[in-house]
Amino acid sequence: MGSPELASLYQQVILEASKQKHGFGLRPEDHPSNHQLNPTCGDEITLQLVTDASGETVEKLAWEGQGCSISMASASLLTDLTAGLPVAELPERIGLFRELMQSKGAGIEDDEPLGDAAALEGVSRYIARVKCAMLAWTALEGAMMESAAK
Amino acid sequence: MTLNHPIDDAEAARLAADFPALDQEVNGHRLAYLDSGATSQKPTAVLDAERDFYEHHNAAVHRGAHTLAALATERFENARAKVAGFIGADVDEVVWTSGATEALNLIAYGISNASAGLGGEEAKRFAIGAGDVIVTTEGEHHANLIPWQELAARTGATLRVIPILDDATLDMESAAALITPEVKLVAFTHVSNVSAVINPVSELVALARAADALVVLDACQSVPHMGVNVRELDVDFAAFSGHKMLGPTGIGVLYGRSELLNALPPFLTGGSMITTVTLEKAEYLPAPQRFEAGTQQVAQAIGLAAAIDYLDAVGLDRIHEREAELGARMYRGAAAIPGIRVLGPSEAALRSGVVALDVEGVHAHDVGQYLDDRGIAIRVGHHCAQPLHRRLGVTASTRISPYFYNTTAEIDAVIEALGEVRAYFGLAD
Ligand SMILES: Cc1ncc(COP(=O)(O)O)c(C=O)c1O
Repeated sequence: MGSPELASLYQQVILEASKQKHGFGLRPEDHPSNHQLNPTCGDEITLQLVTDASGETVEKLAWEGQGCSISMASASLLTDLTAGLPVAELPERIGLFRELMQSKGAGIEDDEPLGDAAALEGVSRYIARVKCAMLAWTALEGAMMESAAK
Repeated sequence: MTLNHPIDDAEAARLAADFPALDQEVNGHRLAYLDSGATSQKPTAVLDAERDFYEHHNAAVHRGAHTLAALATERFENARAKVAGFIGADVDEVVWTSGATEALNLIAYGISNASAGLGGEEAKRFAIGAGDVIVTTEGEHHANLIPWQELAARTGATLRVIPILDDATLDMESAAALITPEVKLVAFTHVSNVSAVINPVSELVALARAADALVVLDACQSVPHMGVNVRELDVDFAAFSGHKMLGPTGIGVLYGRSELLNALPPFLTGGSMITTVTLEKAEYLPAPQRFEAGTQQVAQAIGLAAAIDYLDAVGLDRIHEREAELGARMYRGAAAIPGIRVLGPSEAALRSGVVALDVEGVHAHDVGQYLDDRGIAIRVGHHCAQPLHRRLGVTASTRISPYFYNTTAEIDAVIEALGEVRAYFGLAD
């Protein structure tokens, strides 16, 4: 079976999230959205930022895509994390997640604000997989940019 | 001396000892390098040849009259002769490129330059335009697809694609129907880098000849692994890369029939490829120099010659046989695992040693990670062949590509790990 490092990469919460795919299924209405593709492996995601009427609070992310367990779990965990959050807080969380992914296995001081998504810390040890974990988060950034441009 | 006994595990292990990069631990396990289809490892003899060149003979070739320049030029041209002998070509039919990708683009841009009216009278035979057809196949590496798409877009010619069947072999009935008299060029791979399919070269060449079309062979996955004689195959052009056959990166080969190379306009232009230059125009040297503009990759060419010496000493027939054996073992082992689908034909005679597969419910990236954890290096993804994967109904696959330095124990370790993958990712059998 796998090594302890591998087990920390593929924690139970990640494997489960990769199957549950919270938020999977795009909304028929128009929402700020973004498409991201990882050309090396073909993983892709289209993500919609669905907010309340004021536009200030995330109602829930909606997304569709296909890819490895890390990219799928990450999208699911991002959906869980952001539901109900003020849109204004998103850049900080995304920034924190990016910092965690770039930590090369060292982690970050306070990963509390990332909720269960902090379980993806193990990914940061595997440079080739960071892109997988970032896919949904980059798509969310793109969707926010589209929303700001409107 | 030609050896004819088969390569066994003991010999493979002895040969592997010539490759410094194979002698290391990865994630606490001895490295099992099974990604030679992407790039092979290099024996000390190749590293030494490059080093020796830089230490003793380094100089620009075909320029200057000093002693080192002469020595460097001699070694560079000897390397060309070595390659020519290796593939059954004449020495002036071997053009150095940075790799197969550049070689294929060189042909496409040469044709496009001819189509734009460059290259004079003799280049007219290459000119194509609206109404003309280029043919390639659905099973190609992007390097043998996109240059033809772009050539068609530049010239107004049409691109036709020979479809592959469910087992990734070419649909030869369609090939016969598609290769009509309007076809000017037929480009296809000798051996697929994904499905392992060995294409029926002679049948395709016959169809192309009947249409009076040029034949371009992507020999990237054949030249390193089996004896290839371009004259016997009767192709017009062939392309391959040094780094997949024990040689350095940055060196590749375009073979072209002499008569064609001397008529094809150059792709890259600049120093070292001309006879007379005025402020208005330039006259090109004959092939191969007309295609070798700029300072050449001399050390890499010399490294490639050393690689060919190494391959010759082991023996291409023995290499081919050994890889077929490793591939068949891999195929049998993988195909017997529930939930694993091996891509490509089941008939051994149609396959090279490569095995690409899909693990149902587990993404190739995750499969690759699981194997890497055991020190097993394989490739995951679309392997630069998206249309092929799409046709076979997968976005990515896991590819095991052995070389003669691999052992059956390494293959068995992959099979064992593959047998555990689905359970590890929570999928019941
Ligand atoms: C069948 C095939 N064609 C073309 C290429 C392109 O070779 P290179 O990237 O060395 O130019 C490759 C290697 O990736 C290949 O496997």
